[in-house]
Amino acid sequence: MSILVNADTKVICQGITGEQGTFHCEQSIAYGTRLLAGVTPGKGGTKHLYLPVYDRVADAAEATGADAAVIYVPPAHAAEAIIESINADIPLIVCITEGIPVLDMVRVKHLLESSGSRLVGPNSPGIITPGECKIGIMPGLIHRPGKVGIVSRSGTLTYEAVAQTTAAGLGQSTVVGIGGDPVVGMSFIDCLELFMADPQTECVLLIGEIGGREEEAAAEYVRAEKPRKPVVGFVAGASAPPGRRMGHAGAIISGGSGAAAEKLEAFRGAGIRIPESPAMIGEAIAAALRSR
Amino acid sequence: MDIHEYQAKKLLARYGVPTPAGAVAFTPEEAEQVAGGLGGGSFAVKAQILAGDRGPAGGVKLVSTPADVRETAATMLGTRLETSQTGGGGDSVRRVYVEQAFKRARELYVAMVVDRASARVTLIYSTDGGTDIEAEAARHPDSVKRLSIDPSKGLTSTDARAVAEELGLKDAAADAAETLLTGIYEAFTDLDASLIELNPVAVSKDGALAALDAKMSFDDNALFRHKEISDLRDAEDPGRLERARHGFNYIKLKGNVGCLVNGAGLAMATMDVIKSCGGEPANFLDVPPVASREQIAEAFKLVLSDSDVAAVLVNVIGGGITRCDAVADGLAAAWRVIGRKVPLVVRFEGTNRDLGKKALRDTGVEFIAADTLVDAANKVVRAASGSR
Repeated sequence: MSILVNADTKVICQGITGEQGTFHCEQSIAYGTRLLAGVTPGKGGTKHLYLPVYDRVADAAEATGADAAVIYVPPAHAAEAIIESINADIPLIVCITEGIPVLDMVRVKHLLESSGSRLVGPNSPGIITPGECKIGIMPGLIHRPGKVGIVSRSGTLTYEAVAQTTAAGLGQSTVVGIGGDPVVGMSFIDCLELFMADPQTECVLLIGEIGGREEEAAAEYVRAEKPRKPVVGFVAGASAPPGRRMGHAGAIISGGSGAAAEKLEAFRGAGIRIPESPAMIGEAIAAALRSR
Repeated sequence: MDIHEYQAKKLLARYGVPTPAGAVAFTPEEAEQVAGGLGGGSFAVKAQILAGDRGPAGGVKLVSTPADVRETAATMLGTRLETSQTGGGGDSVRRVYVEQAFKRARELYVAMVVDRASARVTLIYSTDGGTDIEAEAARHPDSVKRLSIDPSKGLTSTDARAVAEELGLKDAAADAAETLLTGIYEAFTDLDASLIELNPVAVSKDGALAALDAKMSFDDNALFRHKEISDLRDAEDPGRLERARHGFNYIKLKGNVGCLVNGAGLAMATMDVIKSCGGEPANFLDVPPVASREQIAEAFKLVLSDSDVAAVLVNVIGGGITRCDAVADGLAAAWRVIGRKVPLVVRFEGTNRDLGKKALRDTGVEFIAADTLVDAANKVVRAASGSR
């Protein structure tokens, strides 16, 4: 088992004929992902990477029975691409694109709420169930099938955590990069709920970032739900100097500074274990599993 | 991207947001002329920097004659103003805004942001405007109210009237508030703003409203569709200057361990580990995934250009379009031309890890190889303290 994606997941790609789409789709196919078709408006009826290309998501979905769509569309058109997948009732939409205007995402998020689709990202490395399905840009070779569920707002720091859990012999059930933007689809809590229900996952690792309040919300969830599986959390930036800011509204709306120390404190208060340093993530998870 | 108060006021006036009459000045003489043109017996002189909390730091002064305006402008222009929001060292004041003072009976707080938690544009408002608003919000959360705006409906007149009532505004003041509130929502969504903050909105005895300060920030990701806004960019914006100078997100710090890392999260984690191993990072540097060989070489030279740097850690996890061998090529190109060589610790992981290490060895770069983050941090801290 795993969450969201597995060896049976049928995937289509929006933006497959672009440079990014081509490069990462080749890697996904090489990893064994069941990537079945691409979508590029105006290129319907052609072939790319030996796959059929369609003009519209709805056509690709109908032809393939797609469970998931991955988006490598440039930022100016990415929101429309997500909306097209929502309208085609794609169950899982993974948006890799970085740099989508936030008000576009406000609109997307509003549509998502009344749809049956889930969105991972944007500005995300994607999602991977090691050995089964890789949707996104993460390096496949550092992953191993295993028992740690990872959900992260960061990019390369996720790879670090993956490398450590692989080195510690723990492996990963599924790794979800929920994206670093202010407005994203799935949250830490959405993923925690899925990991708690997944028999393969024995421990969950949360990787936060400075800014926002998503980590505090996740901590609140863990405190209230008291999940049976151990949760380990990490936020980088304890040594980051405080940044510039403009006005008071940001601090008022988030109810805090967004600093790493505040987030780690929230984790601690919820019983989430914190590695002593980012180099000890693997050890912290191993210790959490031993002390169950 | 942030803009100055005078620019924000001009933009917002188009959307029906009332502000006192005023204009920007770049010299004390200009400031005096502006005041003379405005007329009246009381003026506000305001240092224009891209940060708030100017009042307590001496960046806002009330004076009564155009001659006083000139004198006050002379004391502000060319100085550095440090406020609670600028960070250490402050920002240099290159222009002042001169406006007619406004006789107010009350001061309100009105702001608009995207609330990440609800993923909606949210209006924040309070009957107690002023620079204490954050402390006030922390002490009495109920005194600072929020209205989450449904993107399919926008901020309706009914919403705006209800907010005006909660702000204790009646009759003409309520009408003015409706115009102001619907106006800032329109401006926010039209222009892809990320912040509009009017603090305070002053209310006069006869019910007139005026935004005495206006802060606006814009979503950098949306500037491609707002040329008019990106043209307002202050060439002296400190944050932008840093990035423009190097093409990277580089921040100088006080330690002696130079860092070159891909990704902001991993860069911060690397700094944290260096600290926990007893070292002090000399900089933060996040190499973007699209960096070319030349840019990586530049980044490496930039780290070494800091004479405090006693050793350098390169920590790269290949992924996305970042490949360790491409990073190695960039490092090698820089290595051949740099004069000052310090111990170099390299940790490669992920895409083309082994090719990267081989490329470094083949090109004769002297480096200490590390396999894990902690191994790398320990080695670089030891090297920096001179006990290799």
